[in-house]
Amino acid sequence: MAEAAGHLAVEATENGRPSSGNAGDRVFNGVLWTLGIMILVVAGLIVLNLALVARPLAKEHSLWGFVTSTEWNPVEEHFGALTFLYGTLVTSALAIVVSVPIAIGLSLFITQFAPPKLGRILTIPVELLAAIPSVVYGLWGLFILVPWLRESIQPWLGNHFGFLPLFQGPPIGLGYMASGFILAVMILPTIVAVSVEVMKTTPEANREAALALGATKWEAVMMAVIPYSRAGIVGAVLLGLGRALGETMAVTMVIGNSPQISASLFAAGYSLPAVIANEFAEATSSVHIGALAGLGLILFATTFLLNAGARVLVTAVQKGPKRVSG
Amino acid sequence: MKKLLMGAALLLGTAASADGLLINGAGATFPAPIYQKWFSEYNKLNPNIKFNYQAIGSGGGIQQFTAGTVDFGASDAPMKDDQIAKAPDVVHIPTVLGAVVVAYHVPGVTNLRLSGETLANIFLGKITKWNDPAVVADNPGTKLPDQAIVVARRSDGSGTNAIFTDYLSKVSPEFKTKVGSGTSVNWPVGLGGKGNDGVTGLVKSTPGAIGYVELAYAIQQKLAVAELKNKDGHFVKPSIESTTAAAAGVEMPADYRVSITNASGKDSYPIAGFTWLLVHKDMKDAAKGTAIVNFLRWALNDGEKMATPLDYAPLPRQVQERVLKTIDTLTVNGAKVSAK
Amino acid sequence: MNLHASFTYRKVVDRAMAGVCLVCFVAAFVPLVSVLWLVISKGAAGLSWAFFTELPKPVGEEGGGIGNALVGTLYMVGLACVIGLPLGVGAGVYLAEKGDGTVGNTVRFMAEVLSGVPSIVIGIVAYALVVIPVGHFSAMAGAVALAILMIPTLARATEELVRLVPGSLREASLALGVPNWRTSLRVVIRTAMGGIVTACLLSVARAAGETAPLLFTALNNQYWNINPGAPTASLTVAIFNYAISPYDDWHAKAWTASLVLLIVVGLLNIASRLLTQNRLKGAR
Repeated sequence: MAEAAGHLAVEATENGRPSSGNAGDRVFNGVLWTLGIMILVVAGLIVLNLALVARPLAKEHSLWGFVTSTEWNPVEEHFGALTFLYGTLVTSALAIVVSVPIAIGLSLFITQFAPPKLGRILTIPVELLAAIPSVVYGLWGLFILVPWLRESIQPWLGNHFGFLPLFQGPPIGLGYMASGFILAVMILPTIVAVSVEVMKTTPEANREAALALGATKWEAVMMAVIPYSRAGIVGAVLLGLGRALGETMAVTMVIGNSPQISASLFAAGYSLPAVIANEFAEATSSVHIGALAGLGLILFATTFLLNAGARVLVTAVQKGPKRVSG
Repeated sequence: MKKLLMGAALLLGTAASADGLLINGAGATFPAPIYQKWFSEYNKLNPNIKFNYQAIGSGGGIQQFTAGTVDFGASDAPMKDDQIAKAPDVVHIPTVLGAVVVAYHVPGVTNLRLSGETLANIFLGKITKWNDPAVVADNPGTKLPDQAIVVARRSDGSGTNAIFTDYLSKVSPEFKTKVGSGTSVNWPVGLGGKGNDGVTGLVKSTPGAIGYVELAYAIQQKLAVAELKNKDGHFVKPSIESTTAAAAGVEMPADYRVSITNASGKDSYPIAGFTWLLVHKDMKDAAKGTAIVNFLRWALNDGEKMATPLDYAPLPRQVQERVLKTIDTLTVNGAKVSAK
Repeated sequence: MNLHASFTYRKVVDRAMAGVCLVCFVAAFVPLVSVLWLVISKGAAGLSWAFFTELPKPVGEEGGGIGNALVGTLYMVGLACVIGLPLGVGAGVYLAEKGDGTVGNTVRFMAEVLSGVPSIVIGIVAYALVVIPVGHFSAMAGAVALAILMIPTLARATEELVRLVPGSLREASLALGVPNWRTSLRVVIRTAMGGIVTACLLSVARAAGETAPLLFTALNNQYWNINPGAPTASLTVAIFNYAISPYDDWHAKAWTASLVLLIVVGLLNIASRLLTQNRLKGAR
């Protein structure tokens, strides 16, 4: 590497002064600046195009009306996002409820309880989980998860907890529950990866101080690691939530495609990405397409806010050391 | 940026067309099995001509045809007047007849019969159990289980949907006001399946399910199919014969847009329908236009013979002759296309 | 957590919680094992030369394969790389070299946030950007969608990697009189190249596995296609269509196609991992 620099140095200083220095620098900086701005251009394009396509929708619907209506009538051209918002939120909430405890437990296992070498190896299966494409998860969901839910889990839940509105209705396998479970599996790697990073940044001193004072491993974790990582873990969960909200293929394949709101987890539903995927190629009017683009805008806005919040939290933990607080 | 992409695409597009002509079409899943057969056979006879047909539903077919993103469309719901206003040069070419059957998955029941009224109420969500009195009344002597009915219907814009809802609107005033008919309606209940395939899959895998699909799909997947009470009061099983009977004596208008649901005649199956290919009256692309016209001629002659083995009914003789005459009036850049 | 409880109790709690974490580990991997096992066991039977090289057959006919889908995926991902890799890496270099001002911070923030945008939304954007002006579905539209997906993640990864290059290397080069821009290009970025290639491989792996953005940009195609202006088949869309069909033989094809996809994605991930290890061992 030093030789390479040496060669360059010789070329550049042939005449005794840096020859291509200033002009080259200007060009280079200009090119870089343009490339950097491209990110902002892409972001702008996304918002602009969504808004443009969604324009016809705005002629007949107010923002509030669109967001709060449960109607989805392509024939009469009355559209409302509420059913899909509900479906997206329910499935994502279920995914978080199922996934977060397991993700935190797994992260703790990797960083605290397993021997360091094992911990490093364990991140490989987590990456594998993240690398599996969504459509393959959907395939697995359709042929393995859904029948399992329909034949074992849902009848059991219905028989024992059927008094709760959550578990009422015929067990068809497809629906909110299947989507929630698949999402849980899919967001697990995201939450684990970020949580592991965050937990690793806990100053060893804090943990060792606790241990030196006679705490058990678990108590050291509770006293030193968790308080320190709390913000970061919340950030990880927000990132996972963002991923769950936007997940399309796996959910489309198992949610039942039914634009209805239901209290029961057994029921079929619909989510924002699923309806866009199903209806976009065949929406027969600019208002219909506009409605779908409107849903896309809602999705974009939600994931934007979530990711922004998550990044702020995670960066805060990684940048500044915090006092060990109780 | 856009212009650059467009230019690049066009350049490369013309360069790569040397190895054969690709014609893109999209639309109904109802006739997809026989269209796929037709395109495959035609490609064997004319290896340089490839028809790429994507079954995305009749709604999609109409939309993409109107938008011009495909060269031809396919739909089992004829375009409505306001849709034609956006694509005024559309010509509907009827190709075959199909039946929309009511498929069901009820363990232990193989000979279900349903009247129009009962069917409508099931799809309105008013009848929710298989042993409901209305269903029992239609099926004297059959033991029906105390099981929830799981309704399966289309989630995408569908001609099959249009034919089915058209029938239900005719036999149930309540259905007509509450739901109406068309390629996309506001279903009060039901799981959504994508395409005929999707609904077939739902019925096949869900005990207690009932759904509507094209006859070919039900036969292929060995689904149990209900007998329906027709206008004359007879319970009829869907078949090529009962489909053809429904089309017999139909008053065929000049633009071929007609509905044959709830047809009279004692052997008529009540939910039958034509399916159409949507083409432009005057096609601008010489190579594609010529290929399309010649394909249509082949389809309406040799293609019709492949209908029955695939469980579609060929067009009635008189209709076939009229359609062939219509095909002769299609033009490419103003000129007629001579037969090959 | 009662620090005043008896030591035995606290020890039991400690062991129990370690056990709970172990259970979590197992619970997390049950689905992984299940998916992999199923894809391999159900998909392996369908692997054959014909499967890789033939076109799909109509319903009811035996045989056929995903040849065009595999080529389509490789083709569109390739096109996406042509657009996305330079833009993504370039933006990353900008952030590392010049990214400490307000503009830089804004770009960085946007890149972070954009990397979380659902791919279906990107599909709508590509539809509006490419399909509508051109007038029909095309491989190019699919490639543009994939490229937009790749850019933000790649930019952030590249920035991190370039920042990791020791400052001393840059300073040594500058001290020898090499102009700033040449230092950046030939010394700093050259050093980070291994990592950048790894990041690119991972982006490619992600793009290869995407379905949603291709649904209404590239649509699908029953035939071979390398024309960027025409609709194209892809592995992911093929799997989707086979999976939601009611035909058993198509389901079998879905598993086999999934196996092929997993192999492609897996190879890319392994390649990137190997490159990383080589790099860290100081092989450069």
